[in-house]
Amino acid sequence: MQSTSHAFKDNARAALANQTLQKAMKHVKSGFIDKRAKARARLPEFDALRDEARDIKNHTLANLDFYLERYEEKVTASGGEVHWTATAEDAVKAVLDICRRVDAKVVTKGKSMISEEIALNQAMEDAGLDVVETDLGEYIIQLRKEPPSHIIAPAVHLTKEQVEADFRHHHQELPSERQLSEPVQLVAEARQMLRRRFLEADVGITGANFLVAETGTSIIVTNEGNGDLTQTLPRVHIVVASLEKVVPNLEDATTILRVLARSATGQEFSSYTTLSTGPRRPEDLDGPEEYHVILLDNGRSNMLGGDFQDMLRCIRCGACMNHCPVYHAVGGHAYGWVYPGPMGSVLTPNLIGVDEAGHLPNASTFCGRCEAVCPMRIPLPKMMRHWREREFERHLSPPAVRIGLGLWAFLARRPKLYHFVTGWQARLLARFGRARGRFDALPLARGWTKHRDFPAPEGKTFQQLWAERQESQAKGKSAS
Amino acid sequence: MSSSKQQILAAVRRSLRREQPDEATRAELEQRLGAPHANLVPQRAQVSHAEQLDMMESMLKELSATVVRLDSEAQVPQAVADYLKNENLPPQVRMAPRDDLRQLPWDGQPLLEIAEGIAAAEDATSVTGAFAGIAETGTLMMASGPEAPVTLNFLPENHVVVLRASQVTGTYEEAWVRLRQEVGPGKMPRAVNMITGPSRTGDIEQTILLGAHGPRRLHVLLVDDRDTAAG
Ligand code: SF4
Repeated sequence: MQSTSHAFKDNARAALANQTLQKAMKHVKSGFIDKRAKARARLPEFDALRDEARDIKNHTLANLDFYLERYEEKVTASGGEVHWTATAEDAVKAVLDICRRVDAKVVTKGKSMISEEIALNQAMEDAGLDVVETDLGEYIIQLRKEPPSHIIAPAVHLTKEQVEADFRHHHQELPSERQLSEPVQLVAEARQMLRRRFLEADVGITGANFLVAETGTSIIVTNEGNGDLTQTLPRVHIVVASLEKVVPNLEDATTILRVLARSATGQEFSSYTTLSTGPRRPEDLDGPEEYHVILLDNGRSNMLGGDFQDMLRCIRCGACMNHCPVYHAVGGHAYGWVYPGPMGSVLTPNLIGVDEAGHLPNASTFCGRCEAVCPMRIPLPKMMRHWREREFERHLSPPAVRIGLGLWAFLARRPKLYHFVTGWQARLLARFGRARGRFDALPLARGWTKHRDFPAPEGKTFQQLWAERQESQAKGKSAS
Repeated sequence: MSSSKQQILAAVRRSLRREQPDEATRAELEQRLGAPHANLVPQRAQVSHAEQLDMMESMLKELSATVVRLDSEAQVPQAVADYLKNENLPPQVRMAPRDDLRQLPWDGQPLLEIAEGIAAAEDATSVTGAFAGIAETGTLMMASGPEAPVTLNFLPENHVVVLRASQVTGTYEEAWVRLRQEVGPGKMPRAVNMITGPSRTGDIEQTILLGAHGPRRLHVLLVDDRDTAAG
């Protein structure tokens, strides 16, 4: 998909002014956060499981070459085929080659962020294939020709009125006087429309939440059951997955599964966790005749061993965006590419470059909630800071920021001067602000004062107050 | 393709700043893969089997599944007929082709039409067995095979599962151990479906609704087979 990440500021401004979006986004704030908190409270071992989940992925990443090779051996032994692909283009080509060879016409898809990342739908449509997204949210945004705005709830930016309008527009064959204002009616209609497509599909494409080296198994986690129909009914099942999805054993996948659904939707376990190993066996009555795994690098091997390796632990649960005040305010589309929210701010510059996505790491208040809820304990704010540093080094940040930071750095390296200057500033601001206790405009701080007042200082710096406090405490102690 | 493989593995090793893992590391990794061990397992389901059965039932109900407990297998046909009647469903089922289901006293239900095999688009109700029940989250584990076609778990709107008490474990880990005993270490059935309640979606304004694409109703007949299992 074409990125608009470079225009984050404009995107965000438009999003804030969009009333329908703001209405839809209310559901994110109230829904996900409470549910996760309840699920966590119900499982006393939850935080200890997060530690284990982190350690499992760290171990796997440190031995990634070994596990990938063992995984491939097992897939081959079960009659499937692994296609190693270095870039998005290679992956798209591998999928198209398979579709062409089996003479596919209709392709169904389970929700897969990786297929968004490599812009698979567009390529398949260009090749003349009839591509059908089957996850309800993905189906809706496919009708609207929009990208997803959330990694687990792709249509979370829409209201039910919008969905009704889309269904009425696209399902013209259904009676126009039908009732369609309630979510239950919309879900029933989507079920009815998609049923036929499932049955006529030649190829089914899914992503994978895990690849298991022990057994050569791919695992998908869904709630609707669409992924299962997608991979069971057609002749060919293609899994598209990136390198870091591999884990050693079923037990390792299990540990991570225990934190995945709880973090994502607050469910104890998602409705359907499905493990697939190879194609239909000779004695089987159903299942695909061919099983392919497109194993994609697309920048992952580069992230390994560097500042952003921790990001490779991400299991795409969405908790970080569910808890992010910036995401709540602007929604997913403002981030301009496939992955929104804090995880997107870290991942996107890795995948499409800091020139295009360098603004995203600034879309953070550094409140730290994302890291606090991340089931894989990924230090998201720290990594956003890494990007900001790089942005600064590469002279991508605006001059005002550069000069300001340069001045601060000059002072910070000279403590005496620093204390003198800040003490002088505090006194000055206190004198001017005394009357009202705040400023509604300040030179060099218009970005702040345009939206809120700047409180006037009391006349002393934090360091001065701290020193006084320490002193009086020391006195108090010696007195007792 | 194999050149892409070499290229990717080389890039991974470059980032890991080493060549192949050394002998000692490799032996350790082989050991880890070959002799899988459980990680931290929550206390919740590490209780007596009777308590696990109760937990299985209450978890399923919490998930909006329905559960009926039966004292013996012989009661299954009657329970299936009752369910269809109560839910106003046609007296027709698509049944998994397995002997233990086939041998049940279906002739006591002359009105019930039973067909075996994979699910067809028009089938309203399926009846299947299960490989295990996992009390921890009320999860049913299905292992595919000639006696357990996968389509039966997903296509019909109503899914009736015959789960034996002896198949109920506390945790996922116990189910993996049983599965390895059944199919051999390092092997898997083509599909293992872990089913936790009926199909659901929250994609429209976060309203949770059942029956998105898979079954709208999940009905579990929990059969007490423990005496027969012991004897
Ligand atoms: S970064 Fe953490 S919280 Fe965010 S999607 Fe990934 S695993 Fe979930």
